[in-house]
Amino acid sequence: MGDVLAVVEQREGKIRGVSQEVVTAAAALGAKLGGSVHALLLGPPGIAGAAPSLGRHGAEKIRVAESDALSVYHPQVYAQAVTEAVKGGAYVAVVFAATAQGKDLAPRVAAMLDVPLASDATGFEVEGDTVLAVRPIFSGKAFATVAFSAAPALLSIRPNVFQPREQPASGTVEAFAPQGVDSGSGGLRLKEFRATGGGAKDVAEASIVVTGGRGMKGPENWGILEDLREALGSDAALGASRAVVDAGWRPHGEQVGQTGKTVSPKLYFAFGISGAIQHLAGMRTSQTIVAVNKDASAPIFQVADYGIVGDALEVVPRLAAEVRKLRAGD
Amino acid sequence: MNIVVCIKRTPDTETRIKLGEGGASIDPAGVKFIISPYDEFALEAALQLKEAAGDGEVALLSLGGEETQETLRQGLAMGADRAVLLKGNPGVDGLATAKALAAELKGMNASLILFGMKGADMDQQQVGPMAATILGLPCATAVSEFQVAGGVATCHREVEGGVEVLEVDLPAVITMTKGKFEPRYASLKGIMAAKRKPMEQKDAQGGEARLTVRALAYPPERPAGRIVGEGPDAAAELVRLLREEAKAL
Repeated sequence: MGDVLAVVEQREGKIRGVSQEVVTAAAALGAKLGGSVHALLLGPPGIAGAAPSLGRHGAEKIRVAESDALSVYHPQVYAQAVTEAVKGGAYVAVVFAATAQGKDLAPRVAAMLDVPLASDATGFEVEGDTVLAVRPIFSGKAFATVAFSAAPALLSIRPNVFQPREQPASGTVEAFAPQGVDSGSGGLRLKEFRATGGGAKDVAEASIVVTGGRGMKGPENWGILEDLREALGSDAALGASRAVVDAGWRPHGEQVGQTGKTVSPKLYFAFGISGAIQHLAGMRTSQTIVAVNKDASAPIFQVADYGIVGDALEVVPRLAAEVRKLRAGD
Repeated sequence: MNIVVCIKRTPDTETRIKLGEGGASIDPAGVKFIISPYDEFALEAALQLKEAAGDGEVALLSLGGEETQETLRQGLAMGADRAVLLKGNPGVDGLATAKALAAELKGMNASLILFGMKGADMDQQQVGPMAATILGLPCATAVSEFQVAGGVATCHREVEGGVEVLEVDLPAVITMTKGKFEPRYASLKGIMAAKRKPMEQKDAQGGEARLTVRALAYPPERPAGRIVGEGPDAAAELVRLLREEAKAL
């Protein structure tokens, strides 16, 4: 029927892990559509060297555009390049990651191509000629199946939902030279990037999340959560409830919930969190949920798989010790 | 400086969502509707800018049905000067919504167009950048704080692992997330004044929707969990279960 284009993400010359999920999802969609999967990689000179790894997750062709102008994400420049790439192929679907970059880029490409976009998809189907996407609404309180009546169908996929699958394809690298790339900045300039979180994984992409709420009593107690996070390894990140962010104890970037981030990790710890609807909306699709709260009737225990009734300030250090014991034995 | 803030009427975030008849819509019974929380950050930013500048106008723009007038009045009560309602149905096709808004924005002569990062119902995060692209204006999304000086907005944008600082030349579009701007409550005086502020209604000029809802469903039920124990002594058993039963560690 037609091919699928997977728009891959890089930062500082390295392909980001979420790109494996994008190619995997594109491959699954391509199989349903009876077409092949191409990956599109925009980046600094030399990025082509990292391209073949995308073939491992199902990309038959990897189109690479390398230049200084493409080294760092610039919305207008990237949107123009992606739009050209789409127009230059026979694509019936284009898949992005719903990361900060993808959520900024995909809508612009959709407007340039004049086609709709289904954001933050957690699934898709093909019915005859029609692409359908499944996506959460009302912060995950419901799911909508939406149908496209325009082509190509543009989708961005939620990180951490489509598990990367190795299904090697030819992975042939092909140079792509977009025309509109060296035009001016279009009135938008990136001044600087300030790293925060000491290089730890972003809460929306981590496979283990350790979240603290008001039951942690004060910002001075966050050290024990940091310690547990460290014991759990580099794939763990800290999260925070809205209450502690509003109180100024933790930064907004850690907030999980309706006006914060929606996360879907393998393992979610909720310490001293009561379980307000708005918080649940942000984490209820986590694979395994653990809750610790002094109040046995706290709503969080209704979504938790495992619970401990107790003071998080006492339980967390013991948990960290037990995790270290377990890891030491591995 | 003229500022336009695009807002959307959405259910209150406390709402327990119930699916309506036929499973393709939400049952509106008993639902309280508000200005989408992210749009409130945008409106607050606009009001603060206007107060700091001492002049200029903050106009509200929304695509919706008759009942959206009530939502626009809430925005006027917070301090906006006038409102424009485009009569139409904001469905799940964000591009159709963006086209309708852009058609009106073109004639509104704004130096700054603000949106909430996303509507707290459809959670799509697309209308702002789509409208900017249609209008040919620079756009910064997911901005937690910004300042304007000399025709340039310096924006802080949250991304994985840090904050991007970028500059956009006005006229520009900015979509807001939670950060520096804490929405004010409307005063009684503001609520009274809102009744007299201009509210225009027009038919939306947009495209037809090419992304539509086929079906809605509740999230899959989680199987019931269990309390493993009480206090720190339960930690060892929890870790054992996470390793052996949940295979999560």
